[in-house]
Amino acid sequence: MTAAATPISDVRPRVSRFRRLRGGVGLHAVVIVLMVIWAVPTVGLLVNSFRPAADAFGTGWWTALFPPYQFSFENYEHVLGQSNIATNFLNSLIISIPATVIPIFVAAFAAYAFSWMEFPGRNVLFVVVVGLLVVPLQATLIPILKLFAGWGIAGTFLAVWLAHTGYGLPFAVYLLRNFMGSLPREVFESAAIDGASPVTSFFRLAIPMSVPALAALAIFQFLFVWNDLLVALIYISAVNPDNLPLTVSIAGLITSTGGGSEFLGAAAFLSMLLPLVVFFALQRYFVRGIVGGSVKG
Amino acid sequence: MEERIITAIVAVVGVPLVLVAYIWGTEQLLRVFPDGAKPRLRPWLWMLPALGFLGLFLVYPMIGTIIASFQNTLGTAWVGLENFAWFFGSPDALSALKNNVLWLIFLTLFVVGFGLIVAILVDRVRYETAAKSVIFLPLAISMVAASVIWLYMYQYKPPGAVQTGTLNAVIGVSGAGPIPWLQVQDFSLNTFALIIVMTWMWTGFGMVIISAALKGINPELLEAARVDGANEWQVFRGIVFPLLVPTLVVVGTTMIITALKAFDIVYAMTGGNLETDVIANLMYKQMFRVGDFGRASAVAVVLLVAIVPIMFFNIGRFRAQEAVR
Repeated sequence: MTAAATPISDVRPRVSRFRRLRGGVGLHAVVIVLMVIWAVPTVGLLVNSFRPAADAFGTGWWTALFPPYQFSFENYEHVLGQSNIATNFLNSLIISIPATVIPIFVAAFAAYAFSWMEFPGRNVLFVVVVGLLVVPLQATLIPILKLFAGWGIAGTFLAVWLAHTGYGLPFAVYLLRNFMGSLPREVFESAAIDGASPVTSFFRLAIPMSVPALAALAIFQFLFVWNDLLVALIYISAVNPDNLPLTVSIAGLITSTGGGSEFLGAAAFLSMLLPLVVFFALQRYFVRGIVGGSVKG
Repeated sequence: MEERIITAIVAVVGVPLVLVAYIWGTEQLLRVFPDGAKPRLRPWLWMLPALGFLGLFLVYPMIGTIIASFQNTLGTAWVGLENFAWFFGSPDALSALKNNVLWLIFLTLFVVGFGLIVAILVDRVRYETAAKSVIFLPLAISMVAASVIWLYMYQYKPPGAVQTGTLNAVIGVSGAGPIPWLQVQDFSLNTFALIIVMTWMWTGFGMVIISAALKGINPELLEAARVDGANEWQVFRGIVFPLLVPTLVVVGTTMIITALKAFDIVYAMTGGNLETDVIANLMYKQMFRVGDFGRASAVAVVLLVAIVPIMFFNIGRFRAQEAVR
């Protein structure tokens, strides 16, 4: 019986292994082609940014991959030395860091209240937050611009910090509340029984236990603000060109040169530098933020 | 320059300090009140900063925009539906509206479709992480940087000249083209060229979310079907796909909103010229180029109204999730 059964069970894996292998070659081909298609645009920009202007104008970026190699830093030297890009880079940082830190604090307080405090209207209010998640910023621009003008802060960093805090809050509250609300109830109950005040529970328990969500949120908000064009375009560019971030400045460079500037590639790559570092170093948190923010985990 | 850095440092250190002091201060403040009132007052104090920001930067301006859409250029007199009459009578606005419909249908379709295909394919290879990183990476960069990247891809030189744009060089190998991708208005080719850029950016988003759902499916379920003789396609059709539908809806609604709000790519790559305009860019132009706040507000209200159904859909979905919780 056993002897008779052996050949049969021996055949089956061989058949399925064969099928998997056949599917395998096609599968690998498709996946690798997809990877190449997705990578080529970025690689093209990167290669061109290191080519002398005359080369980049006359031949495609792929010719630079073959000898004679003619790479140079002249585009980067120009961009960093003779244009405003270095200032814009600094402005982007000055805008992004406070606009990331402030909403996280504000959202954490609200998320804690939504998660662990009872009050009438709690659910209704949170539903409002869920609704506000999708409000198009366009529907807020004009009244806020008037408000900023009235306060005399149009064109300042303060204006964009405040605006980004407001715009980032629905997502921040939503993400943090979903995470904090799923923490074990017993932890907070026993802390309360031991006489811990909500402030103590918040700083000693809720915040340390929410580090993964806070990290995801920080990355998300930082990239959102760093990559933002619209908010800076509206609240800064018209009033104070000195405070422009990279995105507005590069978009201006495209429009003014019709996309023909040889320095555009270098400038764009500089603007991608920080997001790429964040992306490669903290990809896991970034993914967690995206998944946690859209599908409730 | 130093002044700016000092301001930023003050903001980064000072504002959180103020906020922490505020929360600590609320507890001191509550001591004044009787024990019974504390739990009723406390949550509102904790939420006050968030409610303030949400009210001031989202709710108040939304109402202000709706009001302004019924007023004249500078908001000095009521004009009834005049701004909306302009919108639905203006060929430029209707063209932008038509393009947004194209964006909505095709960006959503492409991102959900490619996201699903890529998620399923990379699930079966050992270098899944590397493959996902490559597809996901464009989501981390700005749409402005993506515009620069794709201007190189779409670059056009007259026939006979050396094609330096990647796409025209590729199709040139077979003797076709060159095609001025961003200028061809037939079949809205230039709008599709812009949608492709956003698809390149957002497919990673769809992939990541769908992949997470895919990994959440119980493998025993699939194994049982395979043992019963189902082939891979039947397993997908009968088990995997139905289980993924809620996730596909999540990705789809997010993409519908992204498509409706599309602005950066259009602003940077074509400026909305040659029939590529979209509502968000039209609003920007009315606001800054024309300076007509009434019309600009009306455009924003059209956008808002288009998004309201998604808003209620999301709220309904959220309520259903909470009921299960």
